[in-house]
Amino acid sequence: MSINTIPPELPDPDNPAASGLATVTHVPQTDEAVATGLLPAGKPRSTFRRGLEVFLENRLAVSGVIIFAFMLLFCFVGPLVYHTNQLRVNFTDEFIPPGGSHLLGTDASGFDVLGRLMIAGQVSLEVGIAAALLATVVGVLWGAVAGYFGGVVDASLMRCVDAMLSIPTLFLAIVVVSLVTPSKPILILVIALTSWLTTSRLVRGEALSLRTRDYVQAMKVMGGGSTRAVLRHIAPNAIGTIMVNATFQVADAIALIVALSYLGLGIRPPQTDWGAMLSDGIQYVNDGYWWLIFPVGFAIVLVITAAIFIGEGLRDAVEVRLQRR
Amino acid sequence: MAVFLLRRVLQSIIVILLVTVITFGLLRLIPGNPAIAVLGPNSFRNPAAIRQFDQQYGFDRPWYSQYWLWLDHILHLDLGFSWKLNQSVVSLLGNRLPKTIFLVGISTILALILAVPIGVLQAVRRNKMADHFFNGFSTLFYAMPAFLLGILLILIFAVKFPIFPPEGPQGEGLGVVFTEFNSLVLPIISLTLVTIALFSRYMRSAVLDNLTEDYVRTAKAKGASERRILLRHVLRNSLIPIATLLGLSLPAILAGALITEAVFNYPGMGYLFYQSALNTDYPVLLGVTIVVAVATVVGSLLADIAYAVLDPRVRYVSQ
Repeated sequence: MSINTIPPELPDPDNPAASGLATVTHVPQTDEAVATGLLPAGKPRSTFRRGLEVFLENRLAVSGVIIFAFMLLFCFVGPLVYHTNQLRVNFTDEFIPPGGSHLLGTDASGFDVLGRLMIAGQVSLEVGIAAALLATVVGVLWGAVAGYFGGVVDASLMRCVDAMLSIPTLFLAIVVVSLVTPSKPILILVIALTSWLTTSRLVRGEALSLRTRDYVQAMKVMGGGSTRAVLRHIAPNAIGTIMVNATFQVADAIALIVALSYLGLGIRPPQTDWGAMLSDGIQYVNDGYWWLIFPVGFAIVLVITAAIFIGEGLRDAVEVRLQRR
Repeated sequence: MAVFLLRRVLQSIIVILLVTVITFGLLRLIPGNPAIAVLGPNSFRNPAAIRQFDQQYGFDRPWYSQYWLWLDHILHLDLGFSWKLNQSVVSLLGNRLPKTIFLVGISTILALILAVPIGVLQAVRRNKMADHFFNGFSTLFYAMPAFLLGILLILIFAVKFPIFPPEGPQGEGLGVVFTEFNSLVLPIISLTLVTIALFSRYMRSAVLDNLTEDYVRTAKAKGASERRILLRHVLRNSLIPIATLLGLSLPAILAGALITEAVFNYPGMGYLFYQSALNTDYPVLLGVTIVVAVATVVGSLLADIAYAVLDPRVRYVSQ
């Protein structure tokens, strides 16, 4: 890899596995002892098991999973248990402080804030997760094709990525959103199409090294085609990197949809999401209606932090796998 | 070195050209007829006026000819005309861009001054209280959307304890940022905190990487004090990636500035962009997009060059 063709990448603290730089990672003590031969090695464990153990030992990652699962339950199962009126505007009930029959009070239209938090969260989470998945699929295919074929294909595909990357995601998303009438599917599409770029770069790097591996070469000798190589060998072998990246993508996508909605460019009324709720709440900043701002703000930070913790735990777990290779 | 420079510059030019193609593509995607958009909804009754408008602005030509015309305008620093604001995009930017540069500049410098010691402290006290504290701090501000941080600052320092105004300095010209510096405090704090979260993680991992290098062991063996090793050897080497970091963080910082400007009504380029998105003022949207993209490309180009100049290993590889 010469410095002429590839700009020196930063040591990315979020992804040391991808940058290939040495980092200090947490290695369980017993494994270290086994590795150095101090303890007799037991039954050889699968790399998946080892990765899982590292992940489960990471308290932040586990709490991330628990928090994320809780928020999913809260948003999708919550409304089935906690019935509120979220359809009919009721001005006689506006701005009721928390307590009594409205645990988190009501907003300007008389909607119950706790119930609204749930249905708004559904939109934020659905758009965020779907966009991250779509972005991952597009990025993986684009990067795998570029890395596998190399040469002119690689150069032209990656220059497109460079060009799109030079427009910051938020700016690009805002331009595209202003061209269309945003609805849930369209927002998923816009966010996915503006955030697959980093994934494609990572996967391209993996594909570049994977395509020279013996098993890919052997498959080609046996008459396997390029499609098979990309779909069956390159993409699955980069799965660790892809999963870690997809998790961070979820965090980024949720942050992006929330930011767009906050700016009034995302989800439009009567639908709402956490960003839109926050932007509604901030209008009453001088009236002391704190329950319109803090619960939803807390929910946003909680979900994004949980996704980041999961991603960091996965990264450490995948690194164990890479060390084994 | 010269070959490396030439290749990187050429690469950047190609990328910028591709950006103009993408932007032009977006321009073509805009629904509706530009002539009717400008002349008013009733103008379809007057085809002569529409034809004249199309002719005047080149809308009657084929798309490649339009692209060429548009590119020619950009090269002559003509980014189009905002019919909604009745002003050319360049003159709008001339007014707004300095304010954004001022906000971004001060916040970035402050963030660097604070993030470098924090990162070093975290690396030296790895897995101890101080490390965990700042780790939590940087994760929190990394995970917290910039607008939420801005809202919280307004709630605490403008509403609860009215120390600072909730809005950025209003008014024309760059002079107001000095006369109304009080109102600039909250936007600067907001953008600085976001940027520190971005920088201190890099700094921590850079110092950690360097601490395991051979030269640290050599210096230790020669009897150098911890302090000397840290300040003379590790810190110096860890500062090299800062050049790259600054160049590559530009998109993230500009996005942070957009949000911060929107929250605090600070009339910079980001706020202009945001307002144009709400008003569907496409010439301004695309003009700002091009400016931001060029800034990003030039930023990463400068970062690469700085890296090559600062780190002799890069130069040797390229020769």
